[in-house]
Amino acid sequence: MNRSRLLGGFAAPALAAVAAIGVSSIAVWISGNDPVTAFQAMLSQIDSTQSATLIVNRAVPYYIAAISVAIGFKMNLFNIGVNGQYVLAAMLAAAAGAAVDLPPVLHIAMIVVIAVVVGATWAAIPAVLKAYRGVNEVISTIMLNYVATNLIAYLLTEHFRNPEQTNIRETRVLPDSARLPRLTSIFGVSLDQALFLFLPVAIALGIGYHVLLNRSRFGFDLRVSGENPTAARAAGINPRKMILITMIMSGAIAGLVGLGPLIADNTFYKYGDQFPTTFGFTGLSLALLGRNHPVGMAAAAIVWATIERATQALAFVDIPQEIGVILQGSFLLAAVIAYEVVRRITNDAETRAAARQLGGDRPPPATVPAEAPA
Amino acid sequence: MTATAIAHDEVAPSGERRAMRLPGSLSLWMLAAGIVAVALARIITHNDDITSASTFGVALRTAAPIALAGLGGLYAERSGTINIGLEGMMVMGTAFAGWWAWEFNPWMGLLGGVVGGMLGGLLHAVATATFGVNHIVSGFAINIIAPGVARFMANLLFEGEQGGSLTNSPGMNGEMGTFTMPVLSGGPLFGLDTTWDPLGNIAERGWFAVSDVAGLLKALTTELRFDLVVAVVLFVLSIFVLWRTAFGLRLRAAGERPSAADSLGVRVVAYRYIGMAISGGLAGLAGAVLVIGANRYTQGQTGGRGFLGLATLVVGNWRPAGVAAGAGLFGFFDGITQRLDPGRLVLAAILAAVILLAVFLAYLLVRQPRSIATVVVVAGAAVVMYALFNVENLRDDTLLLIGVALAVVSLLAVATVVAWRTRTLDVLAVAVGLSVLYVAYLSVDEIRSEFVFMAPFIVTLIVVASRGQTLRPPARAGIPWRKGSQEG
Repeated sequence: MNRSRLLGGFAAPALAAVAAIGVSSIAVWISGNDPVTAFQAMLSQIDSTQSATLIVNRAVPYYIAAISVAIGFKMNLFNIGVNGQYVLAAMLAAAAGAAVDLPPVLHIAMIVVIAVVVGATWAAIPAVLKAYRGVNEVISTIMLNYVATNLIAYLLTEHFRNPEQTNIRETRVLPDSARLPRLTSIFGVSLDQALFLFLPVAIALGIGYHVLLNRSRFGFDLRVSGENPTAARAAGINPRKMILITMIMSGAIAGLVGLGPLIADNTFYKYGDQFPTTFGFTGLSLALLGRNHPVGMAAAAIVWATIERATQALAFVDIPQEIGVILQGSFLLAAVIAYEVVRRITNDAETRAAARQLGGDRPPPATVPAEAPA
Repeated sequence: MTATAIAHDEVAPSGERRAMRLPGSLSLWMLAAGIVAVALARIITHNDDITSASTFGVALRTAAPIALAGLGGLYAERSGTINIGLEGMMVMGTAFAGWWAWEFNPWMGLLGGVVGGMLGGLLHAVATATFGVNHIVSGFAINIIAPGVARFMANLLFEGEQGGSLTNSPGMNGEMGTFTMPVLSGGPLFGLDTTWDPLGNIAERGWFAVSDVAGLLKALTTELRFDLVVAVVLFVLSIFVLWRTAFGLRLRAAGERPSAADSLGVRVVAYRYIGMAISGGLAGLAGAVLVIGANRYTQGQTGGRGFLGLATLVVGNWRPAGVAAGAGLFGFFDGITQRLDPGRLVLAAILAAVILLAVFLAYLLVRQPRSIATVVVVAGAAVVMYALFNVENLRDDTLLLIGVALAVVSLLAVATVVAWRTRTLDVLAVAVGLSVLYVAYLSVDEIRSEFVFMAPFIVTLIVVASRGQTLRPPARAGIPWRKGSQEG
């Protein structure tokens, strides 16, 4: 067991990384450049404390999105709607935050509460549809993402637009009391690039996620529901309740994703057309790469942000920066394939081992039925 | 249409007691109801543009990419693979189509779209059919990769060229020709430049229902771009291929009962590959149609149409005619926003929806065990509602407001009673939708485009939420299958 976990945890991503580097090298080569030059430029770009801070700042909202997705994944729920949930939450939180005047801590608390509630509410729609009408959450969350996009466009133009900005559609800028402080030095070392203090939130969420899943009754119910719905039902776990709670919890955490840029990032402090809108998809990728493991997803988030930071250097050596997306995408696809292959290999090995132990001379069928026949 | 009709008969539970059943095929009745509702809305709002040939023409051009993407999804799911990656394959299609249409000509652009999409489809097939990766995961990954590849291609091919940049290709090399049907719509025949144009003639007359249908037919037969002709042909061909050939039977068997198909010697994995190649090719073709419509590739051109295609698949109950109908509806929404005076057109469309829902509600109520009170209240509400259709601005008059409120409240009350008595939500859902749209029609001067863009997604949500039990996706779509597996 340990060997196979090791294989799945490290060998598969390593293989995937090799494949991804191979694919992107080919892409660099097609573009008429030398892959070695490209990767050298990329490596030199990330070799500084400035880059390290930038990477961490970037990785934090990614990681929160990944946790949001992973909670759903743990019971086989695909929350593709994280995008819609966090963007709607960020927009409404930004509008509300700019509209009121409150003392510092209270102001931030209000923004956080609004974001969480909006995210949870938007996720409650697919949750209810799935729990009570059996609607596949993949379809409903995709549809709701587009509804959210258009709803935001309407609200932003008609209701929450900053009237002083005539060219750009954006909300009013949040006052100082709604902004998180930024760290400009750490352990006496001054940073070239300020560290956004949203990092503690991500760390707390990661720990909370781990404790919830592995040390609580609810987490146990959740994992049982995901791994064996029949067993869960037999054990008296209400599947409807689990769907509702899990999806809404996922949405609540999704609500926090947009707060990274909104209240911690000095380039924003407002919602506008420049606001990032695809962190949810990134989170999905990271949850897949990190296999829903709190540390795995953190590593994946760092890798993702590092790739993005590193590819900025390609512009200096005249190589298309899109190599970065190709690197990320092929890494993701190669990794999910590698995980699946490893899973099959270990499954078959376990089946053979079990057959040997039982003393049968013929191995049982390769795939054991997931559910007992009715 | 015939395919849908057959499905309806198959699916209809035989033992259920029914107060009334319409003779003939339900989809034909739905089509007829739709035509009558739109014709009524046109006459009530004095807005002939809603069913004019040019409106239908725009609708057709916006519907075609959605429909082709939906058809692509159909081939995938019928062969057992869920294709969330339609959007990504469509993006690949736009990039390749933009490249080949500029490098060679628009026809090669169409081919390029197919090739680009097919690459994405085959990648999905490798991950799902060979390696057994979760279909949603793989499709999602393709959606992540495709825009990167497209941008990479734009960087290599288009940037620095005359009229091209990182975000768009140079214009097409030449134009895509158009087709006009001779005799029916005045197309050229045997050296004659023009022939009769009876459809155009009838469409202009304003005859109830007849002119509306003529407008649709006129749009289908007049100056139709060849790529749209290809799209129409592909739909007809697909109905034939999937339901009337051995190939189609085997393809569908791979999605319904892979193990059974395997035991009969069908190479399930091969058919899933073929299904995905066709699926990706069609999604890419959908992208190519967008490129030809815009004369060039632009970044972000697909704008979620791949996902809309997926939605038509669900709304259309995994059948080609259903996909076409769904895409037609979505295209019509989109088409009217591009016409002159879109606000009033959208209002007319809402009115058509109100009429349609009212007819549907009447149909549902007639099927209920009758009660005099129900009929009286509903009829009363209908009369009041109809009387108020022509009121220009509701907000100014309290008395009218009370009338509307009374009608709506009594309608909802009846619907609630019926819903409670029959333990089903159909009637109540339709009544609520009807009331909301009716009030919106009366109280709003103009509908914002954002809400029009939202409409297809909301329609899809409502359909899956309310008709979820009657929708029938292929039984084993999305479930990985390995050769030798007894499951499925």
